[in-house]
Amino acid sequence: MLSYILRRFLLAIVTVWAITVLAFVIIQLPPGDFVTIYINALQSSGSPISYGQAEAMRAQYGLDQPMYIQYLKWMGMMLQGDFGMALAWNKPVKEIIGDRLTLTMVVSIAAILLTWTVALPIGIYSAVRQYSLGDYVFTFIGFIGIAVPNFMLALILMYVGYKYFNMSIGGLFSPQYAEAPWSLAKVLDLLQHLILPALILGLAGTAQLIRIMRANLLDELRKPYVVTARAKGLSETRVILKYPVRAALNPFASTIGYYFPYVVSGSIVVSLVLSLPTVGPLLLTALVAQDMFLAGTIVLMLGVMTVIGTFVSDLILMWIDPRIRMEG
Amino acid sequence: MEHGPEPILSVRNLKTYFFQDEGIVHAVDGATFDLYRGQTLGIVGESGCGKSVTARSVLRIVERPGRIVEGEIILRREQPNGQTDEIDLTKLNPDGALMRAIRGKDIGLIFQEPMTSFSAHYTIGNQITEAIRLHLKLSKAEARARAIEMLRLVGIPKPERRVDEYSFQLSGGLRQRAMIAMALACDPGILIADEPTTALDVTTQAQILALLERLQRERGMAIMLITHNLGVVAEMCDAVVVMYLGRVVEKGPVRQIFHNARHPYTQALLRSIPSIEAAPRVKLPTITGSIPHPYKRPKGCPFHPRCAHVMPGLCDVQTPALQPVAEHQEASCFLYHPSQ
Repeated sequence: MLSYILRRFLLAIVTVWAITVLAFVIIQLPPGDFVTIYINALQSSGSPISYGQAEAMRAQYGLDQPMYIQYLKWMGMMLQGDFGMALAWNKPVKEIIGDRLTLTMVVSIAAILLTWTVALPIGIYSAVRQYSLGDYVFTFIGFIGIAVPNFMLALILMYVGYKYFNMSIGGLFSPQYAEAPWSLAKVLDLLQHLILPALILGLAGTAQLIRIMRANLLDELRKPYVVTARAKGLSETRVILKYPVRAALNPFASTIGYYFPYVVSGSIVVSLVLSLPTVGPLLLTALVAQDMFLAGTIVLMLGVMTVIGTFVSDLILMWIDPRIRMEG
Repeated sequence: MEHGPEPILSVRNLKTYFFQDEGIVHAVDGATFDLYRGQTLGIVGESGCGKSVTARSVLRIVERPGRIVEGEIILRREQPNGQTDEIDLTKLNPDGALMRAIRGKDIGLIFQEPMTSFSAHYTIGNQITEAIRLHLKLSKAEARARAIEMLRLVGIPKPERRVDEYSFQLSGGLRQRAMIAMALACDPGILIADEPTTALDVTTQAQILALLERLQRERGMAIMLITHNLGVVAEMCDAVVVMYLGRVVEKGPVRQIFHNARHPYTQALLRSIPSIEAAPRVKLPTITGSIPHPYKRPKGCPFHPRCAHVMPGLCDVQTPALQPVAEHQEASCFLYHPSQ
């Protein structure tokens, strides 16, 4: 059991390292660099800078050095907790990302929790009452949930909210709290604003999880141990919740890891539409501006979180499935 | 046949149908038999003849779209005051309190798949004590002690350790023993064993059968042994019910069935057993044809398309009923109808 954890942990570290290389390469892939984009921007606004100035800027950011040196420098900074400067903002990356990363986590976790609390019971219902009216209704809603792009749903909800309820949906805070320091009132305000984004971001996932849970549980319900449990005289609810549902949860636990980046990357457009202060839109602008430190940090963060998530889901799997615990 | 005057379980004209989009499958179509205290009743037949559905009907765990449409299943329970009460199980709500109290307490079930009939997510002990605590209202510690006792009774070595293990850590034979321990944990009067040895190797089969025989002697329970293995029937059973396409075609004491079978189907089944005394290099006789498709049930006697003694104009038109053919022995065949 310990060796299983240790093995997973070492694998996680190797994976993180691979992600840093990948993140770096991906960011360097487009032709040109931040300075090129910067010069173009200045030129189009009518105030070109000289070749010397550009070279000085390149030297300042270390952009004139070979790629592997840039990578090593970047890694060195990272290990010391210095994420570099966000070039377009001229501020440390840490400062720009900090709050946004926390809020991203909050929004994503809210979306995931909502997804689970809605999807699990509905999935169980749909499987136990397969081909019932309720099953068909949920299946219908589920497929619509998968098919409708979430930014569209966001737009519709905003429109409906504005037109009929005269409220503006968007952002995570009311104007008076946006810049205020953290307080209980601000947290409550956040919770109020959280519901809609979580709903919108969670909808597609909910629909998918309902289908997955239904399929898993249908498989499990036909297994002999369910008959055994029934033959013992347990009530049907107890039989289903204790045995097949427990077995059907395995795939859920193993998807925790990738679900988080899925929500974050899937949320870019929604975040733009709803003007949520999360890292999604930030990543987009950083990529467009080839802001390597900022984009690199975000991609890396997402990667590391995926790895941590996967590690956690391995631990959870081990906890819920004795076969893995005993044989791993 | 030493048994009490009244059967502990009487199945009368039981019909369990499966209502599917393609049509209605008559899985059990008018089965009638009795099970007495301390008796081992063998229910034999080919795959798909309704043996398992009969067992599940008795426990009321037939899964949708299956449903009992007709018939009675009378359970006679001994009360603490020495009286017996009669309950018609077909009248009960399958998920109701009374039916659940009967399941596991009065009727235990073991079946074919020792690999998957335990959940891999809980220890053996957890799954056995669950039944004990449910029916016998014991404390956790008492239930655990009883579970260990049961595991010892069925011959599992080091039961105090095994109780905390998972089913995938046990061998097939041990798993089936644990399954028996679970089925018998609440001391049921009836044990339904649905192909209990089919998935085991021959040596283990013999051990499990010997175990069942010993437990029956010690506890005096009735066993309903469902099998397609006539060797097992000859070894274990006092009486036999032969089923074909959901109907009882012949029933009687095991000796008479083996030595003086009357129904052509039973005779054909017995001929198809390989024998040590048979001439070598001779093809084993088989029953001609195969079991009809569930949706294309033959009219009249269900066996008539494969029967060597078929009487055209009669067997393919009318359905025979069970007729006494000898002492305690009945067969449903027009060869023995009094009017013919």
